[in-house]
Amino acid sequence: MSSETGKILSTDGIPLEESLKQAERKNKIKAFLLVTPLLLFLIITYIVPIADMFSRSIDDKMVTNMLPKTYKAMEQWDGKELPPEEVFEAFYLDYKILVKNKTAGKLQTQLNYEKNGFKSVLKKLARKQKKFEEGNYKEQIMKVHKRWRNVEYWRAIKRRAPAYTYSKYLKGVDMYSNEDGKIVQVAEDRRIHRILWSRTLEVAFFVTLFCFLMAYPIAHLLATLPMKYSNLLMICVLLPFWTSLLVRTASWMILLQQQGIVNDFFVWIGLVADDNRPEMMYNKTGTYVAMTQILLPFMVLPLYSVMKTISPSLMRAGKSLGATPAVAFFKVYFPLTIPGIGAGCLLVFILAIGYYITPALVGGASGTLISNQIAYHMKSTLDWSFASAMGLMLLTGVLVIYWIYNKLVGVDNIKLG
Amino acid sequence: MALPKYTEPHYRIWHYFYLFVCGCVFFFLIAPLFVIFPLSFNAEEFLVFTDGMKRLDPDAFSTRWYKDMVYGTKNPWGLAAKNSFIIAIFATIGSIILGTLAALGLSSRHMPYKGLIMATLISPMIVPLIISGVAIFFFMAKVGLAATHLGIILAHIILGTPFVVITVTATLSGFDHSITRAASSLGSNPFNTFMKITLPLILPGVISGGLFAFVTSFDEVVVVLFLAGLDNTTIPIQMWTGLREQLSPTILAVATCLIVLSVLILVTAELLRRRSERLRGINR
Repeated sequence: MSSETGKILSTDGIPLEESLKQAERKNKIKAFLLVTPLLLFLIITYIVPIADMFSRSIDDKMVTNMLPKTYKAMEQWDGKELPPEEVFEAFYLDYKILVKNKTAGKLQTQLNYEKNGFKSVLKKLARKQKKFEEGNYKEQIMKVHKRWRNVEYWRAIKRRAPAYTYSKYLKGVDMYSNEDGKIVQVAEDRRIHRILWSRTLEVAFFVTLFCFLMAYPIAHLLATLPMKYSNLLMICVLLPFWTSLLVRTASWMILLQQQGIVNDFFVWIGLVADDNRPEMMYNKTGTYVAMTQILLPFMVLPLYSVMKTISPSLMRAGKSLGATPAVAFFKVYFPLTIPGIGAGCLLVFILAIGYYITPALVGGASGTLISNQIAYHMKSTLDWSFASAMGLMLLTGVLVIYWIYNKLVGVDNIKLG
Repeated sequence: MALPKYTEPHYRIWHYFYLFVCGCVFFFLIAPLFVIFPLSFNAEEFLVFTDGMKRLDPDAFSTRWYKDMVYGTKNPWGLAAKNSFIIAIFATIGSIILGTLAALGLSSRHMPYKGLIMATLISPMIVPLIISGVAIFFFMAKVGLAATHLGIILAHIILGTPFVVITVTATLSGFDHSITRAASSLGSNPFNTFMKITLPLILPGVISGGLFAFVTSFDEVVVVLFLAGLDNTTIPIQMWTGLREQLSPTILAVATCLIVLSVLILVTAELLRRRSERLRGINR
């Protein structure tokens, strides 16, 4: 010990505290460097693109970019009366370029969303504007169609001015912002998204419930049987787990078809008439049955790993103290399995809520979920910003559940196989 | 599980009921897989058991759908299989390297922000595939990797690494760090220590994580649906197209092959798990 400073020195003559801190820092950097490649890779290829989905979902620059001069001129206009000559001139110039580049159609569609009947007015203008003379565009444009005298149409253009919008999110819950800027619901017969959201939640909930009800007894059996039997039975759980999702979906498509084995069986036991075989596929029944079977292993495995750790003597102790088997089960065994139940249920629910392949193949029209709608907009309508918005709404839901899962179970406690 | 002689009758009934329920659930889990196998040998083009098959008439069975799978011109299964294997193998290698390194770092007790980083690394497993697919597609399209093998491989590395991270971290949790310290004190450099001491011990975890990554890639269809062009078609994509358009027995032949493959993988994974538990001194 150095008597002067009162500090312990290491062999290099540096205070020990300092030296330990240095070593600690070095170890920290070393550990961090090992994680860095994967972390960077994921951030670049995965996390940033997901964040990018957000900017895509609120992006609304299309109209703004098509009418740059108009919006510049409109900055001064208060929107109460017809805009001044400069706005008319700027609009004429912008529109002329669009017609020349043959992109006016997009503007017509976009503005028609904002104000019904805009399309025909713009189409007429596209034909007539070729003969326009220089100067006094206000008069000339208003002569083409009387609706140009209606300030509503100019207000509609101005409403599209902001480059960002949350309208896609409103559309995701069947709402829109109307002409007065108020948020209202769409017409009753067009509220499709809310049906999809509630159906997705409903399917995820019931699939989780069915999985739990089926997994609990077999996980218990697997955990209590002697090793040599349980290993054999475990294969029944692990083989489907390792088998391709599409293979399992295909087998359900064969089983559930109208001439399929399940229907054959129902006819054979006399449950249904041969000429009145129920449709079990391409509806919600198919989605439920197939998804339950496919997700069942994800419930069995966490339950099993928890049940394995529960000593059988606890149940015996309960019974020896006078509890009936049922009471012993509900007071002793069941509470001990709750961590496994939580893990399994949340895992299955998270997986079910984002399911795509199985509902798309066996769900038909009444069994499709929100994921199918996202894929539809990605691949068919090409409304990518709407797909992004819906994806992010789904993601938010999943992240909330993930967060709960992490609080309850901890991600590092996930066990596989 | 034999019941003791003194068991009361109503409990006895309850017990047999419980066994019956378990039997039904096991049947529900495993039986669908066995439907595919006989039907793939169907001589007819229907996906139902013909009367001949029910009588076990040899003429009702044939291997024509297997021949169609291999030689058929309409279904590019050969190309799909080749692509699937190439993509899965490279994705597995990438996942193993990145995942193992990250798991080594995460298992160190000096690692800062462990929870946050772990949550980030695991996130591709939790985020619904459709969202991963959309995001990865946007990225790959931006950097010009859409419809290339490399793009799909990178996408599958993203999806595969969480499994490697989880299994290797689990293996490392029972790892005795004093043996690596012993190696360094005996003059081994860190690389040597890793190759000669750490790696052999965590190898079962690495391989079983790799198997997960392989299966994930080999079975993945959502992300590939967004990314694949005509040249990058994979087995799952072909199956998906086939199942959507028309369920042909050729698909069942492919499915049978995939089931055989998954049996092989299951056996390997199970053997590795036991070896790993033996090495880590867990006796059950």
